[in-house]
Amino acid sequence: MSTDAVLYDHPGPRARARNRIFTVVFGVLLLALLYWVYKKFDEKGQWAATLWKPFTQGSTWTDYILPGLQHTLEAAAVAMVLSLAFGVIFSVGRLSDHWWLRIPSGVVVEFFRAVPLLLLMFFIFFGVPFVTQQPMSNFWAVVISLTLYNGSVLAEAFRAGVRAVPIGQSEAAYAIGMRKGQVMSQILIPQAARAMLPVIVSQLVVLVKDTALGYIISYSELLQLGVNNLAANFGNVVQAAMVAAVIYITINATLTGVAGWLGRRTRRSGRAPRAATNGRAVLAGAGDTAAGA
Amino acid sequence: MEVFSDPANRDVYVTGFLWILKLTLASSVCALVLGTLLAAMRVSPVPVLRAFGTAWVNIFRNTPLTLIIFFCYFGLYSTLGFTASNDLELNNYWLGVIGLSVYTAAFVCEAIRSGINTVPAGQAEAARAIGMTFRQTLTMIVLPQAGRAVIAPLGSIFIALSKNATIVGTIGLAESSNAMKDLINSNGNAVFTIFFVFAGTFAVVLIPTGYGFGWLANRLAVKR
Amino acid sequence: MRITRLAATFTAMAMVLAAAACGGDDSDDATGGGSSGGGSGIVGKAAGGKLTFGVKADQPGLGLQTGSTYTGFDIEISKIIAKGLGVPDSGITWKTTVSANREPYIQQGQVDIVVATYTINDERKQKVNFAGPYFVAGQDLLVPVNSTITGPDSLAGKKVCSVSGSTPAKRIQTDHKDAQLQQFDSYSKCVTALAGGQVDAVTTDDIILAGYASQEQYAGKFKVVGKPFSTEPYGIGVKKDDTAGCNKINDILKAAAADGSYKKAWDDTLGKSGKAAPELDVSKLTNCS
Repeated sequence: MSTDAVLYDHPGPRARARNRIFTVVFGVLLLALLYWVYKKFDEKGQWAATLWKPFTQGSTWTDYILPGLQHTLEAAAVAMVLSLAFGVIFSVGRLSDHWWLRIPSGVVVEFFRAVPLLLLMFFIFFGVPFVTQQPMSNFWAVVISLTLYNGSVLAEAFRAGVRAVPIGQSEAAYAIGMRKGQVMSQILIPQAARAMLPVIVSQLVVLVKDTALGYIISYSELLQLGVNNLAANFGNVVQAAMVAAVIYITINATLTGVAGWLGRRTRRSGRAPRAATNGRAVLAGAGDTAAGA
Repeated sequence: MEVFSDPANRDVYVTGFLWILKLTLASSVCALVLGTLLAAMRVSPVPVLRAFGTAWVNIFRNTPLTLIIFFCYFGLYSTLGFTASNDLELNNYWLGVIGLSVYTAAFVCEAIRSGINTVPAGQAEAARAIGMTFRQTLTMIVLPQAGRAVIAPLGSIFIALSKNATIVGTIGLAESSNAMKDLINSNGNAVFTIFFVFAGTFAVVLIPTGYGFGWLANRLAVKR
Repeated sequence: MRITRLAATFTAMAMVLAAAACGGDDSDDATGGGSSGGGSGIVGKAAGGKLTFGVKADQPGLGLQTGSTYTGFDIEISKIIAKGLGVPDSGITWKTTVSANREPYIQQGQVDIVVATYTINDERKQKVNFAGPYFVAGQDLLVPVNSTITGPDSLAGKKVCSVSGSTPAKRIQTDHKDAQLQQFDSYSKCVTALAGGQVDAVTTDDIILAGYASQEQYAGKFKVVGKPFSTEPYGIGVKKDDTAGCNKINDILKAAAADGSYKKAWDDTLGKSGKAAPELDVSKLTNCS
């Protein structure tokens, strides 16, 4: 059900007048709130030119913000590729008929979905080197923990995607004599993968956000370089954080837009299994992936 | 396991998890209420409310929670002067609750909206045909059915909330991740034990919760 | 199969990025001096012409990432040490450390030497070896100019801010339980909170506080109370078993005190605030175990 004009009648004259009153009242309240926030920030001198001037200098961007952004995107990209691999492997594992594949895969996936990402990062960064006696670079600590967590989420999403492929497909494949492995690799996974493309891109959004946790183990991503170090030089923590927030919102909104566009394209080209547009499957996807930190 | 035979360490561990529990409980309630309100705004006939809801969701879903918690302290508390308590820890706790709630509410809103989309159009049309207003349609017909459909996604959102509660540690609250970091830094040789105890606690609580939500969703699913 | 091609392109791009990330890391992310062993400890490492120093990146005057380089007193001392070991400035790799990960970095070899306002204490001596001390600071309080706080005894019920996991923070937790401790991950956040009135004092070593107080946007707003309630000897951290390297660094410091390069390091950085260079007490350079 598309919500507009179904939940409520097309507005008649009285409804339009009422809408206009609502608009004005709400609009005034919102503007008043924004103005009050602005004034308060002003009182504390947060709009002072000295605090904002560094952002007009190109060197600030090339020395702090852009390198930080680059590190953020690097970690996200590498983690994305590894999570995809992890997700495919473990979703196939969970769908296996052999209990000695299914149960360990299930345990691994459930465990890493239940552990908070921050705990995982601390452990991999501080703990693993005690065993291997080798240094652990903070880049790999961030990437590995992101892979383990997002890979598990993707594994669950793939499992849902494979199960959402119409059962007739696998039945027909078995009927013409294909074995389980062939059914999986030639029929089910390709169709599931196409439907899962928007989910994968949404997970990329989650990945980009989660790289922000890397600054806690001093990985030099956007928050570490672009906020902490920048602010140590210019004393403008709040301003730097505002700029960083805008950057994150822009990137993530773009990625979300790409995900939506991909979703529309696959549906239009008719390649996605019809079941994927069914509300229940959409919800199953939306809940997991949307819930990331 | 000798690390945890020291009562001081046990204290740190228990305090950490108590904070997580308190954060989760308070934020879940606030996020649910706020999220439902936002969903209602996004499907309402008033354009300004729709725009506000959309803006909220787009801003808070695309910002890392780390930055949101940061702004709760340095924006809400520092600049706008919002003080919940004179006690430093309690104040940070409430700032954390606010940050978690506004962040999670965006996800709750989207989940409820997808839930509204699963309700067949005929339901809303019949409601309008018998003369119900928008508010009556929403509260008596659509939301109850949508609610039953979104139990599973809401469950995973709240599980993610309890894990995100660890991020409130960035403003100094002594919750689980800070507790684990402290214990590891002072007992470097027991890293694996410490990690598995902390992770195990989360797993033992959250995995059954996930299955519980799944079972509940199946029990309450609307048979069409 | 356009989507497969798209996916393949994305994967290829990601792999290239990964290769770039692993291979050509820029200086402040390079994983430590690698494996080229040679002799034992840092003397052997230095023979290869490369050393990795762990430094702070957010402490004005001591260790600050400015633009694409690092500046500060600790940085100058590091350069003196590198020169004494025969490593040119171009062979130095700088790595940012935070208070909590200095020991793990040394133990795991991510950095060779730590010069990062690193206080020598017995607990740390069990994990790393210290050369120096090259400077003696004291834990102190930074307060607004008109504050009523006069020292560590007047902290009851006040909100004090420090960096999580640092010695000053721990000292407040153990010795001054009546103060409320707010912990952040960086001092600039603490100082911002002080400027906004959310905390009543920031505590850490007096020299670090002076560095923040003298930044132009805080000019005239803060004062360092001036009653240090601890002595914080700054040491140079190396691996626990590297006694030879430790002694060598002490020799380099003695030479620096004698030939004026120590004074020059001070004058170029912290000396700009007007404080005169301290005398390096070479008789105390005996910490190597």
